Amino acid sequence: MSVAIKANRLTPYMFLAPAGIILVFALLYPIGYMVYASFLDWSPSQRIGQAEFIGFRNYVNLWNDDAFRESFWVTIRFAAIVVTLEMILGVGLALLLDRKLKGMAVLRTVFILPMMIAPIVVGLMWRYMYHPTVGIFNRTLKSFGFEGIPWLSDSTWSFIAIVIADVWQWTPFIFILALAAMQSLPRSALEAAEIDGANEWQKIFMIKLPLMMPVLIVTLLLRLIDAFKVLEVILVLTNGGPGLSTEILALRIFRTAQEFQELGEAAAMSNLLLMLLMALTIGMFLYNRVQEARAARQRAAAEKDDT
Amino acid sequence: MSAQSEKQNPAFYALIVALVVMSVGPIALMLATSFKTNVDVYDASVPAFFFSPTIKNYETVLCNFLWYEPEHVDYCDPTFGRALVNSLIVGLISTGLTLTIGCMAAYALVRFKFMGRGAVSMTTLLMRMVPPAVLLVPVFGIWTFQYGLDQTYAGIILIYTAMNLPFVIWILQSFIVQVPIQLEEAARMDGANPFQVFFLVVLPIIQPGLAAAAIFTFRIAWNEFLLANALSGRSTRTVPVTIVNSITEYDINWGVIMATGMLLAIPPILFTFVASKQIITGMTAGAVKG
Repeated sequence: MSVAIKANRLTPYMFLAPAGIILVFALLYPIGYMVYASFLDWSPSQRIGQAEFIGFRNYVNLWNDDAFRESFWVTIRFAAIVVTLEMILGVGLALLLDRKLKGMAVLRTVFILPMMIAPIVVGLMWRYMYHPTVGIFNRTLKSFGFEGIPWLSDSTWSFIAIVIADVWQWTPFIFILALAAMQSLPRSALEAAEIDGANEWQKIFMIKLPLMMPVLIVTLLLRLIDAFKVLEVILVLTNGGPGLSTEILALRIFRTAQEFQELGEAAAMSNLLLMLLMALTIGMFLYNRVQEARAARQRAAAEKDDT
Repeated sequence: MSAQSEKQNPAFYALIVALVVMSVGPIALMLATSFKTNVDVYDASVPAFFFSPTIKNYETVLCNFLWYEPEHVDYCDPTFGRALVNSLIVGLISTGLTLTIGCMAAYALVRFKFMGRGAVSMTTLLMRMVPPAVLLVPVFGIWTFQYGLDQTYAGIILIYTAMNLPFVIWILQSFIVQVPIQLEEAARMDGANPFQVFFLVVLPIIQPGLAAAAIFTFRIAWNEFLLANALSGRSTRTVPVTIVNSITEYDINWGVIMATGMLLAIPPILFTFVASKQIITGMTAGAVKG
């Protein structure tokens, strides 16, 4: 019996060990390593031990680097615009399509296609469509007698181009989440509103949206986090150009490491990006906590009223 | 909203058709272009969708797998064929590993009440936050100088497994919780050891969860570019890496590259049609609590 108990006590560790080992060696250690590397002057041909410790100089360099600041703002602008557009479109579509519909399952399947395909391929097909001569957009414009648009060679248009591609790929994500939230709304609230004579707009703004708010905010934050990670689509479409107009931070990290071989500086940038995302994630977590606490309080209050 | 009035107005159907066209259009265009010769691509008089299709592009791309020699291919470039095999190897092995390891961990977390579900969801969430670009520098450094895994399959597989583990553990947990404990107790009464209980009793029951986790893991390993680009050598390059390498050339052969892209897109598209429900569950899992 005692042997069995001992075996039982060890089992959980044996089940957990492989996952634990992999996570520690291939995930936690690299992230810690990155924090350390951000204080080094390090090129890819050196072992990390040979790299010179330079304190905060990488960060100071970044701070003084106009190109970095530019790409930081491009990232913020991209994330803000893309997420705003996708939220408006996604939630709007969910409001429009929230009815009993036969083909809804098929529709949802079709909508998740853009998210499942490799970002590299998404970039590829948009690059083809934006092509100045063979692309479908400019061909259509020209066939109507308009001038072609310099989609990927003008700094304003190329920014618009990457925004359109991202909106195409990720609006369905918000649509699906918003629709799920909407269909789990309490019917009673909507029926009560109907009895009180609320019109469609009032129902949307006074009842549906406020009740969906918790899910919408989490959706927004998830999407925001993902918007900071976009890289492959832009890499294929514009590679950050023309100039720095579409060089978002993730792409800049990639190029700093790959093309300019400044691993220390790339690590410092990674660190900053990670901190930014960490702040967002913690914000999301706290928001969840507050919501739960509030829900619990309301439930407690409701129970008190009952007795 | 009223339940009886199921007759929608035509504008509504027009909207739905427009949405479907918009989301499938670019993919259809890519498919169509992959059957076009480069001459047709550049010829403005050839329409986007109605033209005489050719499979020459696919023959070019897959030339080293063909049993015959296509006459239009002067020199067979094996890069893509090799990359396709590499992608399959990396994708399948890392999916298998992630599922096995993740399943065991999830089982231990549920049955032996280790960490709470809260801790695991928190880790999952934190992992979701880390962009692959952030892992680029440390993984490159460590894999090259400390583990000696650069340019090998093992290196790429290791990082994909690590990246996917938190999510897989988290999603499998929710399935394992639903396995009735009595079933396991009965098996143990009959003298099965914990490993037998796990592999012969629990695993068969949570198959739907395994399917969802497998699709997600395989998709990430199959689609990922950044880390594969940093870690793979000439002979271990995956498909996304070869695609990016070939579009930096000045003269792009659109037909061929679209055929390549299509081949890369086919597995995820198939998964979507086979298991869209599980995919949506996995995708929405972070926001709507499960």
